[in-house]
Amino acid sequence: MVYLGVGLGGMLGSLLRYLVSLSTNNILNIGFPMGTLIANLAGSLFLGWFTARIVERSKLNPVLMATIGTGLTGSFTTFSTFSLETLLMIEKGSIGLAVFYVLLSAVGGLLLAAAGYKLGAEPGREAGK
Amino acid sequence: MNGLVMVALGGMAGALSRFGVQKIMPQTFLPAATLSVNLLGSFLLGWIVGQGIHGNLYLFAATGYMGAFTTFSTLNVDLVKLINNKQSKPVVVYVISTYIGGLICAAAGLFLGKI
Repeated sequence: MVYLGVGLGGMLGSLLRYLVSLSTNNILNIGFPMGTLIANLAGSLFLGWFTARIVERSKLNPVLMATIGTGLTGSFTTFSTFSLETLLMIEKGSIGLAVFYVLLSAVGGLLLAAAGYKLGAEPGREAGK
Repeated sequence: MNGLVMVALGGMAGALSRFGVQKIMPQTFLPAATLSVNLLGSFLLGWIVGQGIHGNLYLFAATGYMGAFTTFSTLNVDLVKLINNKQSKPVVVYVISTYIGGLICAAAGLFLGKI
């Protein structure tokens, strides 16, 4: 059952990522991977919140948690595309853009995941007082 | 429409493969499973692009499969947990091996794919 959930979540997450990258390419075709960046930052924020608020408190059926966390969010965000996009920027000689992309993704992703986690953990701390 | 089906099928297979790796790989002092899928996926995506694969096969294997096999959100949430537990050494090792390793793996895959 959990495999079905992770598979379906993976399907949906990948489709959403594809649609985000298609729509951002159509709107701003500036040679910068906006779609991957948006998916990775939004997914990190959400998974931080989801982990603290739902997973660590077992607020949901385990199959649903794996479907949403591992399947949907895990597949919505991607690391391989990020690596390859960075490499291709370096190969093209756009070193500054590559550094900007890596810093924005890495630092932004970590800060957003931490913010999401903090947001998700908060109500519990108050309830525990 | 066909493209969407390719991405969806690849994404399903990629997510299940990542889940499988997470099930069989023990979490040592580093999140080894996430590190492994991210490095392997970067290598394979480089290889796919180096091979010049395009069209529906690219949407299935690259956008769908490799996109879903690797993950960025889990990487960051694992880092947050390590930081919250004040495990600074694993944080540094994990960050460096992921980002530098990912670039090297993608470059190696791209190189081998072009041969």
